[in-house]
Amino acid sequence: MSEEKVGSVAYVRKEIVKDLPPPPSTTGVIGWLRTNLFSSFGNIILTAIALYIVYSLASLVYEFAFANAIWEGTEGKDCRVPDAGACWPYIANRFNFFIYGFYPSEEYWRPNLVFAIGAVLLVALATPKIPGKMISGILFLFVFPVVTFFLLYGAGFTGLAEVPTEKWGGLMLTLVVATTGIVASFPLGVLLALGRRSNMPLVRSVCVVFIELWRGVPLITVLFMASVMLPLFLPAGTNFDKLVRALVGVTLFTAAYTAEVVRGGLQAIPKGQYEAADALGLNYVKATSLIILPQALKMVIPGIVNNSIGLFKDTTLVSIVGLFDLLGAVKAGTTTSTWSAPTVPVTGFFFAAIVFWIFTFTMSRYSQYMEKRLDTGHKN
Amino acid sequence: MTESAKPKMKVSETEVAVEITNMAKWYGEFNVLKDINFKVMKGERIVIAGPSGSGKSTLIRCINRLEEHQQGHIVVNGIELTNDLKKIDEVRREVGMVFQHFNLFPHLTIMQNLTLAPIWVRKIPKAEAEETAMHYLERVKIPEQADKYPGQLSGGQQQRVAIARSLCMNPEIMLFDEPTSALDPEMIKEVLDVMVKLAEDGMTMLCVTHEMGFARQVANRVMFMDQGQIIEQNDPENFFDNPQHERTKLFLSQILH
Ligand SMILES: Nc1ncnc2c1ncn2[C@@H]1O[C@H](COP(=O)(O)OP(=O)(O)O)[C@@H](O)[C@H]1O
Ligand SMILES: [Mg+2]
Repeated sequence: MSEEKVGSVAYVRKEIVKDLPPPPSTTGVIGWLRTNLFSSFGNIILTAIALYIVYSLASLVYEFAFANAIWEGTEGKDCRVPDAGACWPYIANRFNFFIYGFYPSEEYWRPNLVFAIGAVLLVALATPKIPGKMISGILFLFVFPVVTFFLLYGAGFTGLAEVPTEKWGGLMLTLVVATTGIVASFPLGVLLALGRRSNMPLVRSVCVVFIELWRGVPLITVLFMASVMLPLFLPAGTNFDKLVRALVGVTLFTAAYTAEVVRGGLQAIPKGQYEAADALGLNYVKATSLIILPQALKMVIPGIVNNSIGLFKDTTLVSIVGLFDLLGAVKAGTTTSTWSAPTVPVTGFFFAAIVFWIFTFTMSRYSQYMEKRLDTGHKN
Repeated sequence: MTESAKPKMKVSETEVAVEITNMAKWYGEFNVLKDINFKVMKGERIVIAGPSGSGKSTLIRCINRLEEHQQGHIVVNGIELTNDLKKIDEVRREVGMVFQHFNLFPHLTIMQNLTLAPIWVRKIPKAEAEETAMHYLERVKIPEQADKYPGQLSGGQQQRVAIARSLCMNPEIMLFDEPTSALDPEMIKEVLDVMVKLAEDGMTMLCVTHEMGFARQVANRVMFMDQGQIIEQNDPENFFDNPQHERTKLFLSQILH
């Protein structure tokens, strides 16, 4: 541009315009509704249909669980009325059985204490503001399982009455299986994932075979094998606890899935991260534990939680080997003659569904919270 | 400008930093480096130039064993690089490397990026490592970013952090692989300034770069690579003003217009 041209420019902005707020129609409730629900004719119809479906479902649940529900009674007969909804007295009557199974009622304080310790440790671990993560982590991962075992099982030096694992049941058993499965499978899964990416052919092959073997078999088969076939292979006389066998099966099964999820995370780490770690002189163990795993695990939180939720629900399969988890307890209750009424099974399963949902939904929300918290603004 | 015109930058007459003899490397069947021979004295600033794919990155990555050579010898700071992992670790502790794409650790703060290796590799107490880190952050002029994450910094800032991270290990030799090629033009200078300062402080440097202004100002030697070989090396004045090899002339005409 020449000098004269610059001089002949008719309009030059003297001051920079300040940022203006966005027009009101794009923000706030109205703006949100407009862009998300009523942006076009088709969209309006979809919104209407969706609202109708939500309304119908909600009113169905409401009628069943509240409006038509039976709140008082002592046996099935009380719930055998026309158009009855949920039979809540059944849940109240059987509540202890659902939570503790056949655990002797005078010993309920023991599982209660375990629940309490577990809850305190979990809160200490899960709340970022509470310090001492190392200590609570060690307590939860190593001390808590031992304490749990001696409290629940008793016998030996504890001076507590022995309660064999056949008597454990209900939600208590579900939590024992799920927590053990989730917690114990995690380190194993990480090791398997690292092993599968190892440079050493032998390590790699062992891990591949292990992972593919366990992933290729349904959990129900694993449990069945663990409880029925394993004793056949073991020398006569070795008596492995039924619960322990199920726990081992569940743990190994979950570890295989965890391994594949973690491997996905490991593969997503750019080569440059390994090179930077190498160039700084970090050895394999340090580079892996300080640089690679923290990033890879953060990436796979959704996958891990998804696995854990799946496992939590799959614990119901332990009933196939004669263990009474929450669902098993609910099911067993519905067949007793005192509580024979058409709505009793539905009520039981409704209750079990709610309990399962509360646990899994909590896991899911917490993982979303963690993902946000761990986000350091780095997007590859 | 001759060597004497850069009085601040002393080159040792006797101490060898890197010595490479008859070195060759293959990727599968592909002979990526052929018959490499050179010696770098302590305090030298070497610029390595050459067309893309000529093997520049591979060559400097062999010096800290990010790549393995198959023939010949590489001796760094008196230590020969072989399969011996101990020796490799020893070399890596003395050799810092700066990458084209920074390769900062995104899950750690800047301060943690800088103190990680000193604490875990050199076993320096945390407080002392942080003090050193702060010192180098000031040198690269971003002490105020210490508690941020890499993702929150500009490219130029990230590269300066990467340089500081290497310096925190107190290396004898620094390798740079196109440290400014991934940067927006307005950020190149801030990184080059840091590198110039480093050279003035006597650091032994091997830089793969196409910043010819930097080469003229700082380098005492320019090597030109093509097809896996060093085909010409000279002091920067003669290299730029009086290139000998046809390929060098072509390359210079392309990058200098
Ligand atoms: N890991 C690898 N496997 C096979 N070939 C490679 C690998 N890395 C680089 N190469 C090849 O080696 C040659 C030299 O690469 P490089 O050293 O990166 O060149 P420059 O840095 O000079 O651009 C290129 O032809 C490239 O394609
Ligand atoms: Mg390169």
